[in-house]
Amino acid sequence: MKKNMAVLEPVIGLEIHLELTTRQKMFCRCPADHFGKEPNTQTCPVCLGLPGALPYPNQKAIEDTVLLGLALGCRIPKKAKFDRKNYFYPDLPKGYQISQYDQPFALGGGLKLKIKNETYKTIRINRVHLEEDTGKLVHRLIGGRDYSLIDFNRSSVPLVEVVTEPDIASIEELIAFGKKIHQLVRYLGISPADMQKGQMRFELNLSMRPREDRKLPDYRVEVKNLNSFKFLKAAAEYEIKRQSQALIRGQKLLQETRGFNEKKMITFAQRSKEEAHDYRYFPEADIPPISWPESAIRRIKKRLPELPEAKQIRFQRDFRLNPAEAERLTREKSRADYFEKAAVEALRLKLEPAKIARAIINKRIETAHFSPIQLAERIAGQQKLNKTGRSDTTALVEKVLAKYPGEVNRYREGKIGLIQFFIGQIMKESRGLADPEITRTILLKKLNQEQNF
Amino acid sequence: MKLNELTIDQAQEGLFRGDFSSVELVRACLARIKKADSRIKAFITVCEKKALNQAREADQQLRKGIKKRLLGIPVAFKDLFVTEGIKTTAGSQVLADFIPQYDATVVRRFKEAGAIVVGKTNLDAWGHGSSGENSAFGATRNPWNQEYVPGGSSSGSGAALAAGMCLAATGTDTGSSIRLPASFCNLVGMKNTYGRVSRFGVIAMASSFDCPGCLTKTVKDQAAILEIISGQDGADATMPDQKVPDYSRILSQETGSLKIGLPKEYFNRGIDNEVGDLVKKAIRKIIDLSGGEIIPVSLPHTKYAMPCYYILVPSEISSNLARYDGIRYGRGRDKFGDEAKRRIMLGTYALSAGYYDAFYLKAQKIRTLIKRDFEKVFSKVDVIMAPTSPTLPFKLGEKTNDPLAMYLSDILVCPVNIAGIPALNLPVGFSKNGLPVGMQIIGSQFSEEKLLRIGYTYEQATEWYKIKPKI
Ligand SMILES: [Zn+2]
Repeated sequence: MKKNMAVLEPVIGLEIHLELTTRQKMFCRCPADHFGKEPNTQTCPVCLGLPGALPYPNQKAIEDTVLLGLALGCRIPKKAKFDRKNYFYPDLPKGYQISQYDQPFALGGGLKLKIKNETYKTIRINRVHLEEDTGKLVHRLIGGRDYSLIDFNRSSVPLVEVVTEPDIASIEELIAFGKKIHQLVRYLGISPADMQKGQMRFELNLSMRPREDRKLPDYRVEVKNLNSFKFLKAAAEYEIKRQSQALIRGQKLLQETRGFNEKKMITFAQRSKEEAHDYRYFPEADIPPISWPESAIRRIKKRLPELPEAKQIRFQRDFRLNPAEAERLTREKSRADYFEKAAVEALRLKLEPAKIARAIINKRIETAHFSPIQLAERIAGQQKLNKTGRSDTTALVEKVLAKYPGEVNRYREGKIGLIQFFIGQIMKESRGLADPEITRTILLKKLNQEQNF
Repeated sequence: MKLNELTIDQAQEGLFRGDFSSVELVRACLARIKKADSRIKAFITVCEKKALNQAREADQQLRKGIKKRLLGIPVAFKDLFVTEGIKTTAGSQVLADFIPQYDATVVRRFKEAGAIVVGKTNLDAWGHGSSGENSAFGATRNPWNQEYVPGGSSSGSGAALAAGMCLAATGTDTGSSIRLPASFCNLVGMKNTYGRVSRFGVIAMASSFDCPGCLTKTVKDQAAILEIISGQDGADATMPDQKVPDYSRILSQETGSLKIGLPKEYFNRGIDNEVGDLVKKAIRKIIDLSGGEIIPVSLPHTKYAMPCYYILVPSEISSNLARYDGIRYGRGRDKFGDEAKRRIMLGTYALSAGYYDAFYLKAQKIRTLIKRDFEKVFSKVDVIMAPTSPTLPFKLGEKTNDPLAMYLSDILVCPVNIAGIPALNLPVGFSKNGLPVGMQIIGSQFSEEKLLRIGYTYEQATEWYKIKPKI
């Protein structure tokens, strides 16, 4: 009966919450940047949910959500609306959260993941919707008594939720997908998605099924509030193990919501299906439904930047990079932009852009200290130095060794890690112009040579 | 004539001419409150000191020749309008100590126009009611006969204005709450088009129904105030970009010959004979004055209006009252009265998983049908006329034990709220035992100016507002 129970595979869906870094909050005009601010200093009647206050939607946040939807290949329905999600929690001042239920801003897209070498897999996106963030509870001991305090600075900050279909089949895919979304929103410039600031949070949906089974399991475990890749991974690993063991023992697993203990790195039971909230969703009457003319969508589409994949292909073509280099350089948009400017200058200086690429990738030159054009000039200059200036490097090596006799002795007594220290000093002396490989060769020769005396 | 019995129009003339000061005018209102409000219970909060200080400032400005639209005019706000620094209770024990930190848009606009706040008026708690008897601070009495209710939920506003305690008072009309007290107290009151006047700072009852507005002694005053409080404020997202006409300037323009629709569903039965006769007489008068004809019309979904209203409104109420969770305003949920609890229960049930489609969604569909009924009729007629209340004002306690009978007081007014269109209550005379009767003129979306013009023509010919109750 328990045939093949040993070969189980995970079925994973992910919900990703992203705080948008618009200037103002979602439904009021308070500043949206709340991290590290004095509690309750960025509030007004609207985000405090005071009697009589009404939400007034932030157009920029709506457009950013649509932009993310477009980047994920979603359909942008002509009509969308906000709904009320009713539940009680002290950090929710109105007793309901303004969210989107059945008419979100974006529906049905997908994100292509590179799994191994040239294999790709598309994780389907169910929807992208917009809601407001809640306040934050702070638990403090004051005068020997426990207090729960509420900080509403975060209340009504725009929060986008990306929901996938249960297409993720392994932890590797899960993390790769999370990182891909992280990269994408940074490329779009709609959120830095800094997890330390809580700007990106995960909710994991995971269940197990026999590998040859194609239908979805009849239960689903939801793990809430995972705010780093480390915790996401740990929660998934723990659940895979826990659920597999239970199923192999012949236990029946049920629909439930679990929390995550960040100290013990384990999940724990929170609510069963019977205790699940009935959110009593209904249309938010304070905000009229939003309808998009085709022209508005076109206008937002124009904001779509070149995305990493397209950039990689272009870098390979225009700057003759190999795929690995192109991938490394396009991970962060700021880095790609930096490289591109330097590469254009390099072409002008008749220098191989690939040399710039390698210099940036191998961190041979501290890019923060130079503008892209300076970088190109330096590498062009260094090329000359390397060709003609081996003796210059030797002179620098000798100078540095003479300056640090104590370190030289300790190296010779076996502290060979000091080699990095010497290289660093020589790079500094050369203002970054020395070639690390040449320097290392000369340095090793010098240090070993003189040991013979 | 006593100063507190003046209309805004008359008082303004006197103030600008220097016949009397704002301090004298405010004192006259405060004196009336002192004399009668322990019986009438129109106010929850009276701002005597603040009002007199504001009046002194107004007098200084008047002496300098500054001409603001409501400079020095004493007004009252229904206690659902939040007022910065002035306690705002919503008529409920839950907010008995709540002092807001901001002004509602309507309040702000009144203040900017120079009006003086004499106080906050009594109401059915949260606006839930048609008689004023659901207030946690005592039932308001009708100044025309204190054994009778003044109509709700803006009960205190109706009574205060009729009793000469202020020159205008705000109200909110979610199902009847401006028109019914106006009808029961011989006053003019308009339920404006949804989105005409900002809801920002008005404690929400049912967000897709609530229409803030004002009760006034005359149509002329109504037009002047509507002009001040209408129009977008950048805070209520449901307000369309709709121009605000110069309501008071176009008031005296001819209405032209009128096609007046009389819905058979509103006249067929259950209308008190005295009410029906007075309303028909008023309609004939209007035709005499403006020319026109009566056209029988039908609003076939009227019979579903009350069930539709009592599913959608409590649904929104159950969500809007969730914020009073006992954490922030100092008082627990046990302080809610029976009617609020009843509506929270009804609404929570209607929105629950498994019931949503059968109740909320179905009611939304009926709402669309009722809207269409009106649209069809307005393609044939200019306005609809009907009694505001099917009966004369009723006695205190008469309907308190029968919530359904109480709900039925709104049967002729609440379809208008479902459709979101405007309706103006006009006084049309008195019953044999001296109780006021009102008629409503219903128009299509944003047709307020038409309603006001018809009302003004009738008012000039009848002047019912000149008759005052004996307090
Ligand atoms: Zn705010």
